Amino acid sequence: MNIGLEHYLAVSMLLFCLGLLGVIARRNLLIIYMSLELMLNAANLALVACSRFTHNLDGQVFVFFIITVAAAEVAVGLALIVALYRKRQTAHVEDLTLLKL
Amino acid sequence: MQDALFYLFAFLTLVFGFLVVANPFSRNPVTSAMFLVLAIISLAGLFVLLHAFFLAAVQVLVYAGAVIVLFLFVIMLLDLKAEEQRKLKAAGVAGGVLAAGALLAIFLASLWAASRDPAAAGGADAPVLEGGTRALAKLLFTQYLLPFELVSVLLLVGMVGVVLLSKKDLK
Repeated sequence: MNIGLEHYLAVSMLLFCLGLLGVIARRNLLIIYMSLELMLNAANLALVACSRFTHNLDGQVFVFFIITVAAAEVAVGLALIVALYRKRQTAHVEDLTLLKL
Repeated sequence: MQDALFYLFAFLTLVFGFLVVANPFSRNPVTSAMFLVLAIISLAGLFVLLHAFFLAAVQVLVYAGAVIVLFLFVIMLLDLKAEEQRKLKAAGVAGGVLAAGALLAIFLASLWAASRDPAAAGGADAPVLEGGTRALAKLLFTQYLLPFELVSVLLLVGMVGVVLLSKKDLK
């Protein structure tokens, strides 16, 4: 059986759902962040697969931009986590109840 | 051959992705970061199978090279020994499984409906589009020149933001 667009999209969807599971179920900020990266990578895979099977390079350029933005996002996010840890001595979402009434 | 490689890389990506999210043996963030490296490298293998050679290289360089190192630095800075003993909340895990399962059901149903549509079939036998450096660069520096420049500004803004955030007395 030939490998088609559907196969790649199925892998991408499974990876995205794994990332979502991590974001919701895990309580460590760093692991939540890694799961976010997993979700971004799943989107990248879907874009590259669509670009390959529709014969259009635009998808790959888009993935290039996504990777750049993700790198900037990781830098800022990790700086935020470090700043938070300095203030509250925790990287655990259950301890961050400042906005809770 | 290509089919076997696809199944191999897809399987590795999903297994390593699962071990990032829910490792049954270790709750240490360092283990998760290491499995994230492996998942990203297997994903780069899938990119090669899709003829996106430049993106595969960038994926390994930027993610496995830069992003994971940043993660490891932060894990080292934070010293999260006490976090490992924490229990996972059953409600959180159940909610996560429910949400991810529902999303997966929607995805697979839409994929199944789309694959039964005869108009969408085909495409794989047409000439292969090579995502090498030359083709991508041509597109990047002509049609996508403005977004390319804006991304450089974004990186600068990100850098300034990180420097500001990591100052000692954050107001």
